[in-house]
Amino acid sequence: MPTQLSDRTAQIERHWQQLARQRRIATALGLGGLLLAVALSLWFANETNSGKFFDRLPYFFDFAKDLVPRDWLEVPRALFDLKSPYDDGSMKYNYPDGRHYLSSDLYVPEYFDQMAITLNIALLSTVLGAMFGLVLSFLAASNMMPNPIVRGAARRFMEVVRAFPDVVIAGFFLSFLSVGPMPAIAAVSIHTIGALGKLFYEVVENADMKPDEGLKAVGGSWIERVRFAFLPQVLPNFASYFLLRLEINVRISTIIGAVGGGGIGELLRLSISQGHGAKTIAIVSLLFATIIAVDQFSAWLRRRLVGEQAFVPAT
Amino acid sequence: MIALSPAEVDALVARHPHVVRPRRWVVWRLPLFLGCLIAYLMFSWWYFAIGQVLATSNWQLAGGYLIQWVTYENRPTVTIDADGAMHVDFPRFDPIGPNPKPAWMTLDRVQMQRHVAQAPAVTTAAPAGNGFMTGGFMAPEPSVAATPAAPTAPTSRLEEVVSRAEIRMTSDSTITVTPETITVTRGAERIEVPVTHADLVRALGALPAWAEQKRVEDRIMVSFGFAGWAAIDGHSVVVHKRFLGWANFLFDTDSAFFGKSAGEVISLIAGGERLDPSQSNLSLAINDILYNPSWQHLDVWTKLLETIVMAFIGTLFAALLAFPLSFIAARNITANRPANQITKRFFDFQRSVDMLIWALFFTRAFGPGPISGMAAIFFTDTGSLGKLFSEALENIDSKPREGVTSVGAAPVAVHRFGVLPQVLPVFVSQTLYFWESNTRSATIIGAMGAGGIGLKLWESMRTHTNWPNIFYMVLLIIGTVFIFDTISNALRSRLIGRQAH
Repeated sequence: MPTQLSDRTAQIERHWQQLARQRRIATALGLGGLLLAVALSLWFANETNSGKFFDRLPYFFDFAKDLVPRDWLEVPRALFDLKSPYDDGSMKYNYPDGRHYLSSDLYVPEYFDQMAITLNIALLSTVLGAMFGLVLSFLAASNMMPNPIVRGAARRFMEVVRAFPDVVIAGFFLSFLSVGPMPAIAAVSIHTIGALGKLFYEVVENADMKPDEGLKAVGGSWIERVRFAFLPQVLPNFASYFLLRLEINVRISTIIGAVGGGGIGELLRLSISQGHGAKTIAIVSLLFATIIAVDQFSAWLRRRLVGEQAFVPAT
Repeated sequence: MIALSPAEVDALVARHPHVVRPRRWVVWRLPLFLGCLIAYLMFSWWYFAIGQVLATSNWQLAGGYLIQWVTYENRPTVTIDADGAMHVDFPRFDPIGPNPKPAWMTLDRVQMQRHVAQAPAVTTAAPAGNGFMTGGFMAPEPSVAATPAAPTAPTSRLEEVVSRAEIRMTSDSTITVTPETITVTRGAERIEVPVTHADLVRALGALPAWAEQKRVEDRIMVSFGFAGWAAIDGHSVVVHKRFLGWANFLFDTDSAFFGKSAGEVISLIAGGERLDPSQSNLSLAINDILYNPSWQHLDVWTKLLETIVMAFIGTLFAALLAFPLSFIAARNITANRPANQITKRFFDFQRSVDMLIWALFFTRAFGPGPISGMAAIFFTDTGSLGKLFSEALENIDSKPREGVTSVGAAPVAVHRFGVLPQVLPVFVSQTLYFWESNTRSATIIGAMGAGGIGLKLWESMRTHTNWPNIFYMVLLIIGTVFIFDTISNALRSRLIGRQAH
């Protein structure tokens, strides 16, 4: 039932329509820009990839077929380093070769041994990163470090260290350290210092200042303020972030391993590139199980430490 | 307030000891924790044989590599031939270019009668472009051009050779080479080494701290700290003179613009005579910069773009797929327990298989390149984003939905007006966060074989030579990460307010 609008109301309506039109145009432009970016990106990706997407797509399933072992019992044999009936001396079936003997007949299967190395790289790097991050976080927190130069330096240091590509740190250490897990440890710990340091100092800045005021009032030193005013408050959160970082570091240390840092990642990369179906499936299942176990354990512990708050997505 | 005397306090404590005395666990937990920590660190020290690795690793090499990130070297070699003629050569790929006249090197020349065939190498002579050799003979490859005169009968001819070379390493240290002695001065100290034309090298007098001779009569290494070093043997001095900065960042030694000042280049581009008749100076300059053989700008930037595209498309597609799936996974949206559970377990599977495994699989299938990288990111993050999205959906306020349902809206309208306004900012903010963090992980996925700048970085690192180039790529990556951090932070705080991160 259209009624005659007064002049002023008509003007308002006109304005409103104009605004709505502008908004629609902005949305359309934004969406169009996004679509264009997506199309260009896809074209660029296909152009620069070594195999074209649609050419390679049929072979994708061939490759999946390659992975299927000739006998599914091969998978547990590969996993536990048992002798294969198909052993022909080739790398594909030499499961017992990598055994790590503890005594003359007690051994750790190769993949478990390497998985332990990877896990330990992750744990050690997280511990080291957290130790340095803890110190740096108190230097970077505005409520603990009144000197802006020290604070700024600590923050810039953590930013650079966080953005520094892990590959470069690993590669640099690989260039002068003898081969082994050290480059991976260095790369993961250095990155962890930055990542944990940032989360830690944000926790410290959000801490309740009353205990600190109390300690200052009775003349507590800087160390005493950290120890008695802050640590009791922030430790549960620190521990929670530590565990969260541990989950991430297990993945990163596997990846760095694949790049050249040893551990299970390297075995997985070799096995996939050589098309050893049973070995690949064995490693992937072990990795899958370990990652789930670490995630579950850390989730359980975090829930106990800080409750549901631990499950806010960390940034 | 009641004031207690110490005796009363003691009496109270004696009556209720369990209240006042801290529990044993509380007393012991810090030392216990520190003990465990130290034990673990010691265990790791043994487990990874860290002590052994640190002892056997070459720390000098590390320092040398690190300094190469921001410096370059010129490497002249002064050789004294048996007949007393001297010449100065630069290696073929020395950043100093084909026609060097560095200000830090002074060469005195004399005319000398030489027997050519006995010492064919002599004809290589001073490529250090000076006077008689600056013409066509001194093409880009000085040392290769040497051979022609060799096999002919011994002839004697007049040649201009270097009679004295002085290389200034720093303001107060120089290396002076004459056919008889090699003299190195650093501050007040000096070393004199007679030229013996044999393998044995013996300095006159004791060596100062900055010179080193590993074995008796072996070559002498002289260090000038940051400015470089030199190796002296019986008939030559190899000098490594170091400079701060990146050499030939825009124009390589092969380029027509090499060695020209910025003003000259600009005036050439703006309206100079064509250096190459087939194209304008501008396009020649751009071409020379993009295809600069030592910095490979075009390749580096293409690879960087590949990495950015990987993260962008991977995250975007993951979010697009995770969006509808999360509605199925959320208990309060889809009232079908099996469907919820299946979708959630699917998310868990995607997440736990991990980017590494996906990347290796896809690299095998599609070959190295951004497709493999984006597929890996897409598969992993469909799981991660799906999980976060469905959790956000399960935490929504159900009142708007009930309101929209109660007026008889269709299910699509209920979701559009009752659910989406609550969760969309969260969804977008989490997607942005993943986009930003994936830009970082795309580098390492790339190094594993998925292509992009990660792979290029890793390949350059393996040769241990091209450190400035590596640092260039690192700076580009750090810059990109910072820019994306800022964009994503700005967008997120616009979407969900300041407190969101």
